[in-house]
Amino acid sequence: MRMMAAKIKSNKVLRSNLITFGMVIGVYIIVQILVAAGAVSSLVRGLLVPLCTYAILAVSLNLTVGILGELSLGHAGFMCIGAFSSAFFSKCMQDVIPIAGIRFTIAILIGALTAGVFGLLIGIPVLRLKGDYLAIVTLAFGEIAKNIINMLYVGIDESGIHFSTRNSLELNLSGNGVVIIQGAQGITGTPNDSSFTVGILLLLITLVVILNLIHSRDGRAIMAIRDNTIAAESVGINITKYKLMAFSISASFAGVAGVLYAHNLSSLSATSKNFGYNMSIMILVFVVLGGIGNIRGSIIAAVVLTLLPELLRGLNDYRMLIYAVVLIAMMLFNWAPSCIRWREKIVYKLKSGKKHTKGAE
Amino acid sequence: MTMLEIRNLSISFGGLRAVDDFNVEVKKGCLYGLIGPNGAGKTTVFNLLTGVYKPNEGIITLDGQDITGKRTIDINHAGIARTFQNIRLFKDLSVADNVKVGLHNHMHYNTLEGILRLPRYRAVEKQLQEQALELLKVFELEAEAEVLAANLPYGKQRMLEIARALATKPKLLLLDEPAAGMNPNETLELMDTIKFVQDHFDMTIILIEHDMRLVSGICEELTVLNFGRVLCQGATNDVLKDPEVIKAYLGE
Repeated sequence: MRMMAAKIKSNKVLRSNLITFGMVIGVYIIVQILVAAGAVSSLVRGLLVPLCTYAILAVSLNLTVGILGELSLGHAGFMCIGAFSSAFFSKCMQDVIPIAGIRFTIAILIGALTAGVFGLLIGIPVLRLKGDYLAIVTLAFGEIAKNIINMLYVGIDESGIHFSTRNSLELNLSGNGVVIIQGAQGITGTPNDSSFTVGILLLLITLVVILNLIHSRDGRAIMAIRDNTIAAESVGINITKYKLMAFSISASFAGVAGVLYAHNLSSLSATSKNFGYNMSIMILVFVVLGGIGNIRGSIIAAVVLTLLPELLRGLNDYRMLIYAVVLIAMMLFNWAPSCIRWREKIVYKLKSGKKHTKGAE
Repeated sequence: MTMLEIRNLSISFGGLRAVDDFNVEVKKGCLYGLIGPNGAGKTTVFNLLTGVYKPNEGIITLDGQDITGKRTIDINHAGIARTFQNIRLFKDLSVADNVKVGLHNHMHYNTLEGILRLPRYRAVEKQLQEQALELLKVFELEAEAEVLAANLPYGKQRMLEIARALATKPKLLLLDEPAAGMNPNETLELMDTIKFVQDHFDMTIILIEHDMRLVSGICEELTVLNFGRVLCQGATNDVLKDPEVIKAYLGE
């Protein structure tokens, strides 16, 4: 009986995880078939990598918002840091490491590590704050990260790396030197290493790490802090350690999303459109609509809400109207008590229906 | 043998001396009661013991170890676990997971082993599950192991809090009004459970309680607090007969 209870639980978790992985892989296969058959417009094809990017961002933010229970509005900032650090590396190493696979793998690690370190550094002072205050400070961090990169000039020559905050002339590069980050123009000529396949692989890695983390000793400690900090402390949980762990892992996957994003474009610049607070709020919308703490929901929300405006392009003026209606409908479907009851009813009916058919066999 | 010794403990909030020159000695394996009218400073004593507040004066020694002014988690590691007056469970975790959080510092595998699902992860998780269920069995909660803590009935939530505290393998267990909100039958069951915990785990227990039947039924020694000061101290029967105590607390 006891062993059964344990088994049932682990099976439930395992099944839920497998459904999530299966969903991602299934979509990947279907899309690949459609692309091969030529049934996908170039518009949607161009969206495939951004879709993976947004899905990774949503899943990683869900770790902070849903599992740790802290509101962060600086997620685009970590994405920005991951994007620029990795693009910088790729551009420098384009000729040194000609094999794209190796170069891109290192770039991903660099992006994740840099964003993770920044997550840790920002987290140490910031995680003492709670709720609205934390949201404000992380929002400011995102804007600061974006603006600093916007005014940064970085060049490289045989004597090393040169920095400036004014213009590229002040870098004092030698004749062979190359300017890599050009202030507001950002980085141009990043190798296009991202592809849909890589994106899906990274999304799967993100899912494995985050889902396994949640269902482990550390995940339980993180959720205990979310549910009741005082009680967690009273049973000897190190609050600071686990808060920082969740926050920096979340940041480093935002960095991975940034790497994917940067290597999908030939020119990367930090504008308010891609790394501004609008983006941070967009990611938060994915998380909230997909269900706080619901990893699979985050992916679905990210995909639906990214595809929708593009698919509705034909409707011109009505596009944003329908988008807004869908937002509200999703919100109600996920959170309204009557809808939750209705959903439970349907699930119950489906389950009892299944049992009946099994009995008939 | 003395498990807990408190000497000259005092704390003030602004001008209010919430606990004033508090002394107590609790023997190992003793079931000790802390009673007093509302606002007498009972919970403040618990908060001082567990490091939620830092005392202005005084020394707290647990099993020979000075724990005065330490952090809450260090005090838990040193061996004090508690429950709360207003229940504080991890309500969105399952009953078993609540206990597993309590076992957190006694069963280790690192983050990487958890993420990669290495053999250590499986072995330790299996042990965790077994130990958690064993503990839940004591409190007759094993059937609800996979229920969310928030969905437990009130009395069982109180039991789960005790189970979670015991999971940290403490030397001293602090129970803050364990019978609050329970009906007489539940209180009787609780008395049996507390006695059982004392015997079975060889536990030293201090409890704050207003239910006089519970206090006189199971506590071996008592301290009565009034306005932050000790009014009376000693064996339960003597203390409850003390005219001062009757006047201040039970009513003339």
